[in-house]
Amino acid sequence: MMQNLPWLFLVLPLAAAAVDWLLLARSPRAAAGVSIASALVTLALCIAYLCGMQTGAPAAYAWFPAQGFDLNLGLLMDALSMKMMLVVTGIGALVHIFSLGYMKGDPSNLSRYFAGLSIFMFSMSCIVLADSLVLTFIGWEMVGFSSYLLIGHWYHKDAAADAAKKAFITNRVGDFGFLIGILLTLGIFGSLHYADMAGHMKVAAGSPVLTAAMLCLFCGAVGKSAQFPLHVWLPDAMEGPTPVSALIHAATMVAAGVYMLVRLQVSMGLDAFTDTACCVIAGIGAITALLSALMAAQQDDIKRVLAYSTLSQLGYMIMAVGLLAGEAAMFHLYTHAWFKALLFLAAGAIIVRCHHEQYIWNMGGLRKKMPLTVLCFLSGTCALVAVPGFSGFFSKESILEAAWERSLPLFILGIIVAAFTTFYMVRLCLVAFCGKARTHEAEQAHEPGFTMLAPLFVLAILSIISGYGFVADQLVPYAEFHAESAEWSATLFAGLGALIVGGGLAWLIYGRPASLAAKSDPLGANRFSRVLRQRLYIDAFYDRVLVGGVQYWFSCLVSCVDDGIIRRLIGQGLGLLTAWAGHLLGRIQDGSLRGYTMMTALGVLILMLILIILF
Amino acid sequence: MLIWLILIPVIASALIGFLHTPGRATALVSSLLTSLLGIGSIVALSLGADGECLTHIGDLPIALTLYLPLSKPMLLLTVLVTLAAVLGLKAPDAAAERSWSISTLLISAGATGAFLADNVVAFFAFHELALIPTFVMIGMYGRGERRTIAWRMTLYLGLASMVLLAGLLLLYMQMGTTRFLEMRVMAAMGRMPVSTCLTAGLLLVGFGTLVSLFPFHSWAAPAYASAPTPIAMMHAGVLKKFGLYGLILVTCIFGPSCDEFFGCWTNLLLLLLLGNVLWVGCVTIAQSRLDTMLGNSSVMHMGYIFLGIAAFVTSGATNALAYQGAGMLMLAHGLSIALLFLLSGQIERRTGTLEFCALGGLAHKQPLLGFFFGLAGLASIGLPLLANFVGEFSIFVSCFTGWEPGATSPSFCCGWLNSLAKMLGGLGPVQLTLVFALWGLVISAIYMLRAIRRIFAGAPTAVCERATLPLSFAEICSAALLSAVLLLLGIAPGILA
Repeated sequence: MMQNLPWLFLVLPLAAAAVDWLLLARSPRAAAGVSIASALVTLALCIAYLCGMQTGAPAAYAWFPAQGFDLNLGLLMDALSMKMMLVVTGIGALVHIFSLGYMKGDPSNLSRYFAGLSIFMFSMSCIVLADSLVLTFIGWEMVGFSSYLLIGHWYHKDAAADAAKKAFITNRVGDFGFLIGILLTLGIFGSLHYADMAGHMKVAAGSPVLTAAMLCLFCGAVGKSAQFPLHVWLPDAMEGPTPVSALIHAATMVAAGVYMLVRLQVSMGLDAFTDTACCVIAGIGAITALLSALMAAQQDDIKRVLAYSTLSQLGYMIMAVGLLAGEAAMFHLYTHAWFKALLFLAAGAIIVRCHHEQYIWNMGGLRKKMPLTVLCFLSGTCALVAVPGFSGFFSKESILEAAWERSLPLFILGIIVAAFTTFYMVRLCLVAFCGKARTHEAEQAHEPGFTMLAPLFVLAILSIISGYGFVADQLVPYAEFHAESAEWSATLFAGLGALIVGGGLAWLIYGRPASLAAKSDPLGANRFSRVLRQRLYIDAFYDRVLVGGVQYWFSCLVSCVDDGIIRRLIGQGLGLLTAWAGHLLGRIQDGSLRGYTMMTALGVLILMLILIILF
Repeated sequence: MLIWLILIPVIASALIGFLHTPGRATALVSSLLTSLLGIGSIVALSLGADGECLTHIGDLPIALTLYLPLSKPMLLLTVLVTLAAVLGLKAPDAAAERSWSISTLLISAGATGAFLADNVVAFFAFHELALIPTFVMIGMYGRGERRTIAWRMTLYLGLASMVLLAGLLLLYMQMGTTRFLEMRVMAAMGRMPVSTCLTAGLLLVGFGTLVSLFPFHSWAAPAYASAPTPIAMMHAGVLKKFGLYGLILVTCIFGPSCDEFFGCWTNLLLLLLLGNVLWVGCVTIAQSRLDTMLGNSSVMHMGYIFLGIAAFVTSGATNALAYQGAGMLMLAHGLSIALLFLLSGQIERRTGTLEFCALGGLAHKQPLLGFFFGLAGLASIGLPLLANFVGEFSIFVSCFTGWEPGATSPSFCCGWLNSLAKMLGGLGPVQLTLVFALWGLVISAIYMLRAIRRIFAGAPTAVCERATLPLSFAEICSAALLSAVLLLLGIAPGILA
């Protein structure tokens, strides 16, 4: 009984979602209570396990037994999964509580909202605790579904409904590759269970099928972690409620791709990741980091700036995975989860208090109106831009160090991205918090209530201390993790240089009094800025060329051919055949006695012939 | 006992037809009885009861049995969908209600007979019995060009049945017995039809056309779109599975030598099922009405079940996962497409249209309808925790269970296929087909999410603004029944095994 307790991580949130949805559809307060209780209990359970009160994996569930090949679902409880669970349940619980304040007074169905959050907690736990690629894939699809549900929470808004659809379909494109990868893995390792993979590789290290399998698996991460070229859904996903963006689209779900890849590296061994595969993975990560940092630099919506910055940080993590530095990737995943959740929740508090204003050029002067929130936001910002002493500094440093050791071009790219990160965050803070309020809404802003501030404080503390060895060594989701103390090395100097250059540039452009009073970006007229605002025309290309062009015209063409040729050819062919046969046979029965006699005689003759030949 | 599964609906339809008892109520009693009896006998069988029943009609032994492969899930499918169809039945007038009820019951009786018959003749005859009401109902009560559609369907299915009959007769003549279970014994002793290629070909074309195998699929979508809701539910959900059931049955009869039996056709089948998944998938995307979209999507999903059958056949009927996955997907698809047609009928009753461009924002007025449609739609595109995912995923995995990288060198007809297969470690035909068929996951997500987006999300359009008639208790029950089974099978599919 006690041994099977970990199944509660999955059962509790699922049951909470079911109760919210089916029984408490009309009582949102009770629904919220049930969901929050489930989140808090799973958090407590997770802490209990980490403190070593319980060990050992629970019995597997014979999900779909077939003679010969059973599909079993089981949980894997190791340092990687349990500490990742702490991140998930911790941020999950905080976001649940924050949602109470954020969604207060929202006219939409809150039972549905909390049911969605609970179902997300269930799905994410599936991914984290999965002991095989089967359960990982189940969780993988289910987080996609809960994300679809929550992005489209305000489904009456066209933008939200479209964004939800876009997120799901884009993820499915990634899953197409992921599934092929899973099946190739089954062929290569003979099993889908992580525990049975190490040492059972049936092909030589470095063989092309390994590269293919790893790249296919990576496709899944490209979709889920929004890497180039499938990154387009994440910025649009900001149409969802802000706590959802914090939980799903910043801290946990989008990091699932990184987690999955690290899990594979741990269980398959690094041999499985061939040089070509690593090159592609690291390259895609670096490209995503760079492009999205560029795009973030010219966004005017506070949530979109953060969304592009999430993309960029995910790019760092994927790059680290490609550099075979899973440790650094998980370190950054873990610090990023805290500080990015903090940034989003703080942004949410600001948005709510500015009467759902998200356009930063309509804000301004907020540091005087809501100092505590802004302070929290600033501590998140410091962590994100890697100010020494904040958590992000340590983790980014470890990624840059890995790049320094293995690939100089990636290191340089990483430094450039770091400079841009500082640029867009300083720009955001200057425009939104300094100067004077630009609109009446911003003028009226004030501190949010306790349910919103309390999670912010917790996260602010974590985003400062979580990088130091005494915390990180205990909590970073990686077996036997050791945070290294910062040394005066080339990477440190480069990182500090990037910080100063990026921050200084932003200060020069946006710190001027003219900019602080401006109602739109002073660089907005610039041609380069326009390209960045249009998201490098990637979304437009997908919308107009792939969806509106290729998909539309191709499906129309196929449909026409299907109706015009296949149906005509076969359907009418059959019709003609029947009509013709009827016509022919009908002519035999023309009512003339002579004809009938002839036919009878002919029949008898043929029958006799057959009998003579046969016998 | 099993004979009552067929007799009850026949008696009930006779009552409705001759004594003019209230159509829906009588049908409801009958389908409740058959559901209890059907589920009861499945449970009893798993507890060790005898699952066979022998009745003689004249000299012809009509053996009904639950020992045939997949007859249990198919019986379950039949009784559940019948119950849901009768529960949700809403006809325009009393006469229509009577004839819809009679047809639903007759289709259910015929399908049950076909799925349980251990006899080539009864197997075929019961299916024909079930087909007739379908034609008549589309011809009498269909929408759009109902005559043309009914005739086209009759032509396709009639000729398919003819081909199938030829194949079944050949099978019977060469195996020397009419009973499937005996055929299996004979085949196990090494008896094989002389003209395997011809027999298998006839069976494949016959069964295939009944399941709308590409390119013999043009009858399906218009027929479903035109048919009255309960008829569409029964045909798309239950009766269409007959062809797949037959193919699996024949495969099981030949056991390890089934690869030899179907040998010359498997590669063609693989090619054609890609037509179902990818070609018809694209056709589905292009649809502008919900009913034709659902009809086409049903044709598309048949491709995955064919893939499961192909994996089962090429493994020499040893791949239990492929077999169970195909069975699960047949059941799940039947339930989900029946639910979708049911809901599409309810949408049309409330808005008067199924054109995507006229619909929008319906979830404001009909949140419950939106919930059920979302569940059914996501089930049909293979979301985990719902039954279809189990079937699809098992089929996908089953295609790769026997495969090892580098064991064979690919030899396909064109060069780029060869190099693709070689790059992926030497894929065989089944595996390569799967790789292409997986793109269907993206295609199905595109059309289903777009349908949900266009019908339920956004601001309410004029027709949806007026759609205020709440779901009746019976409508909720019928949708909830199918949804609950989909969920149950998705979470605990092991209960079926």
